[in-house]
Amino acid sequence: MTADGSAARLKVYRGDGENGEFVEYETPMVTGMVVLDAILNIQAEQESDLAVRWNCKAAHCGSCSAEINGVPKLLCKTRIEEYEGREINVQPLKAWPIIKDLVSDVSWNYEVSRSTIPFHSEQQAPFTMYEEDVERLYEPKKCIECFMCQDVCHVLRTHEKHDVFAGPRFFVRNQWLQMHPMDDRDRLRYLKEDRGGIQYCNITKCCTEVCPVGIKITDNSIIPLKERVADEYYDPAKWLMRKIRGRKNGASNGSVNGS
Amino acid sequence: MDTNGHNGSNGASAQRNGSSEKYEVQEHDVLVIGAGGAGLRAAVEASEAGLSVGVVSKSLLGKAHTVMAEGGMAAAVGNVDPEDSWKTHFMDTMKSGKFINNWRMAELHAKESPDRVYELEQWGALFQRTPEGKISQRPFGAHTYRRLCHVGDRTGLELIRTMQEKTLATDAKVYMETTVTRLFKKDGKVVGALAYTRESGKFIYIKAKAVVMATGGWGRIFEVTSNSWEGTGDGVVLSYDAGADLVDMEMMQFHPTGMVWPPGVAGLLVTEGVRGEGGILKNSKGERYMARYDEQRMELSSRDVVARANYTEVQEGRGSPHGGVYLDITHLGYDGIMKKLPTMHEQFLKLADIDISKEPMEVFPTVHYTMGGVKVEPENCASTVPGLFAAGEVAGGLHGANRLGGNSLSDLLVFGRRAGIGAIEYVNEGSHSLEVEGSEIEREIERVLKPIETGETGESPYLIQQELQKAMMDHANIMRTEEDLKEGLGKILALKDRLENIRVQGSRLFNPGWHAAQDVRYLVQISEIILRTALERRECRGAQWRLDHPDMDEELGHVNFIVSKDGQGEVGIESREIAPMPEHLSGLFKEEAKV
Ligand SMILES: Cc1cc2nc3c(=O)[nH]c(=O)nc-3n(C[C@H](O)[C@H](O)[C@H](O)COP(=O)(O)OP(=O)(O)OC[C@H]3O[C@@H](n4cnc5c(N)ncnc54)[C@H](O)[C@@H]3O)c2cc1C
Ligand code: SF4
Ligand code: SF4
Ligand code: FES
Repeated sequence: MTADGSAARLKVYRGDGENGEFVEYETPMVTGMVVLDAILNIQAEQESDLAVRWNCKAAHCGSCSAEINGVPKLLCKTRIEEYEGREINVQPLKAWPIIKDLVSDVSWNYEVSRSTIPFHSEQQAPFTMYEEDVERLYEPKKCIECFMCQDVCHVLRTHEKHDVFAGPRFFVRNQWLQMHPMDDRDRLRYLKEDRGGIQYCNITKCCTEVCPVGIKITDNSIIPLKERVADEYYDPAKWLMRKIRGRKNGASNGSVNGS
Repeated sequence: MDTNGHNGSNGASAQRNGSSEKYEVQEHDVLVIGAGGAGLRAAVEASEAGLSVGVVSKSLLGKAHTVMAEGGMAAAVGNVDPEDSWKTHFMDTMKSGKFINNWRMAELHAKESPDRVYELEQWGALFQRTPEGKISQRPFGAHTYRRLCHVGDRTGLELIRTMQEKTLATDAKVYMETTVTRLFKKDGKVVGALAYTRESGKFIYIKAKAVVMATGGWGRIFEVTSNSWEGTGDGVVLSYDAGADLVDMEMMQFHPTGMVWPPGVAGLLVTEGVRGEGGILKNSKGERYMARYDEQRMELSSRDVVARANYTEVQEGRGSPHGGVYLDITHLGYDGIMKKLPTMHEQFLKLADIDISKEPMEVFPTVHYTMGGVKVEPENCASTVPGLFAAGEVAGGLHGANRLGGNSLSDLLVFGRRAGIGAIEYVNEGSHSLEVEGSEIEREIERVLKPIETGETGESPYLIQQELQKAMMDHANIMRTEEDLKEGLGKILALKDRLENIRVQGSRLFNPGWHAAQDVRYLVQISEIILRTALERRECRGAQWRLDHPDMDEELGHVNFIVSKDGQGEVGIESREIAPMPEHLSGLFKEEAKV
């Protein structure tokens, strides 16, 4: 190892939902060290009960999200050197109840996940789909469920609309579902009238800014869905069609790709 | 934390009187331990059959190891190479496993993988396409044809997300961040498991008519590994303790290409997809040395061969500054890399300040996969203990002495499904009496609490784990000798004696130190088993590289080492003849030899 004798210094939230404080720790600095390395060192050498979530340590699983200086980050992807000369304050995601230290209770997200209308296709795989049909679905499919977009969205964070708003992560999911050429379910009612609550989103783009895998959540997921909802709900012809046929986009599969 | 099925759980909360420690009781027809690809596939099968299913996982849903798989899922769908067939896939698997694989598992796997790929597609998974609009396939080491269905370098994410969403659409109850510590038996059958939730540290006793073990591998016994903290092999030890046979435990896969620099990421996987897409290995002299190890297949030789080559180059002084070799994919150009290997690009740029479209990567072998595991029946994944099934990386047999890249993801779904079916049949077959003695459960709770509730100080589980990982690196690494293995065994046995003294600070609330105290028990037990079986296999075969027995031993090619707990509670090892291949399979190799 290449400790050059210097130390990484960071303040970590210690406590539960009711009581807690930032505690300062020091641990040897190693080249290329990420914040998660520092936390795990502290855990191994000083505070064995310091709670933190992580799995892959490679920015693939989305477990290690927490807030550094108030901004959500993947701890395993954030280098200590990025904070040269600045304080590093690490605390759990704020939009949910804190369990302990850096771990908060994100189970609400899984409830929303259960409420999402899953993929369904009457057609039998193997599907014939061309790269140009599906290319734009790769982006929303990259989501690692770090829930950092959920954490910064003011509709959840400030207005606590957890009961009526699914949040950006689930707009991303609904977008690929809705645009998948073979899927035949309609989710617009879910998005508008049910749990989705997409109308609460006022396109602040905060979610897009924090997404660690670069999904343009607002532009590529939310706006297209909002357009479809608007089309569907405020276009009298479509409205009638929906009443009669109850089908996705009131049309056949073929048109799913065009928006 | 759990996510409730709509009406999935018929369990009732209960408290036991007369006990100082209360625990909740739940009941399911099938309890699946592990929420990776294998566990979720089993859960979906059983839940869709109308059974009550519980799924337990140490992490949040969707974070299991499977999420890290990059390269792809092997299935002979023949989309880009129409000559491919299950037969070739079968033969590739057997050859790579050096013929100690369970041939029936290899046959089922090769035949059923295509259906499992299409099933994933039916459930919403999206694979990259060919110009004809079919699922695209990439080449991978020692696969005769282009066979890996993939989506960029995040195939595992696609697989687990699809399975997770599918699971959430069933009635299965998911117990997230919940750890099983022991299986319970009645009349020789497995009938339940004790677990604790990380969040609160509280215990749950889960009664189940059948248990599917799907806890993944145990790469964490080594310091340099591509595996996450979860890879502590809990399921193999839980099964062993319950009396199950294990097979091929000496066979650990060293992946040829892990990152070496910076130190914090040492061991992190560099997907074989890089070589699949044309990546070239070079030493410090600029030689493309694979020509010396496998002239025909070069970089796409099997993993055991490439890992040994990389290791040898560094040993013989032709390594890179940080003790690795070079892997070069720059010829693909920035656009090609961003399309085929975007995650790798990001990984190196972010973590190592290297732009792989401009510079080569530095790589070295990293512990990656465990071929061995719980011995199962090929048809239904039943272990040797009634009521206990196993699938995925925790099960042994399919891969023999060396696993082919991409064969794990297909393994998870082929045998995850079969384990689900096995469990359903078992549940429906007979009557099940699930009551066990409360005192047995209480004794286990006491054992689990020992490191935390005594108020004493003692050994740190983290330090024991570090010592163990170092001992395994030093003595059971890619290159093994009897002397080394014995020395390693001595060290591990010494650690075993120290387990009793582990103590941790803090409360039971989400306490990683306490969790680590549970994990090290598994690590120590598995290490002992690996060292003992590696001593027994006195030859070089696949992943087992014995310097003191440098050749492949014909005789040992017909033998699996079977491990079970003996009457004294010690590791019992038996060498068992492999049943001969039936004609319709052995004939394939004879035909090939003729051509
Ligand atoms: C970096 C990387 C890349 C890979 N790439 C590929 C690839 O491209 N192609 C391929 O085919 N294979 C690949 N593999 C291998 C493959 O990903 C794994 O073998 C496979 O995902 C294992 O799946 P599983 O379902 O058996 O278990 P896992 O996905 O490991 O899941 C294990 C589950 O068991 C749970 N668990 C463990 N212990 C307990 C306990 N005591 N109590 C409760 N729950 C428990 C865990 O929480 C987890 O949910 C790769 C592996 C790695 C590490
Ligand atoms: S754009 Fe919409 S979803 Fe995203 S943070 Fe703003 S309000 Fe929330
Ligand atoms: S959309 Fe991006 S920020 Fe939101 S959960 Fe997914 S990966 Fe995280
Ligand atoms: S540990 Fe997986 S994203 Fe950080």
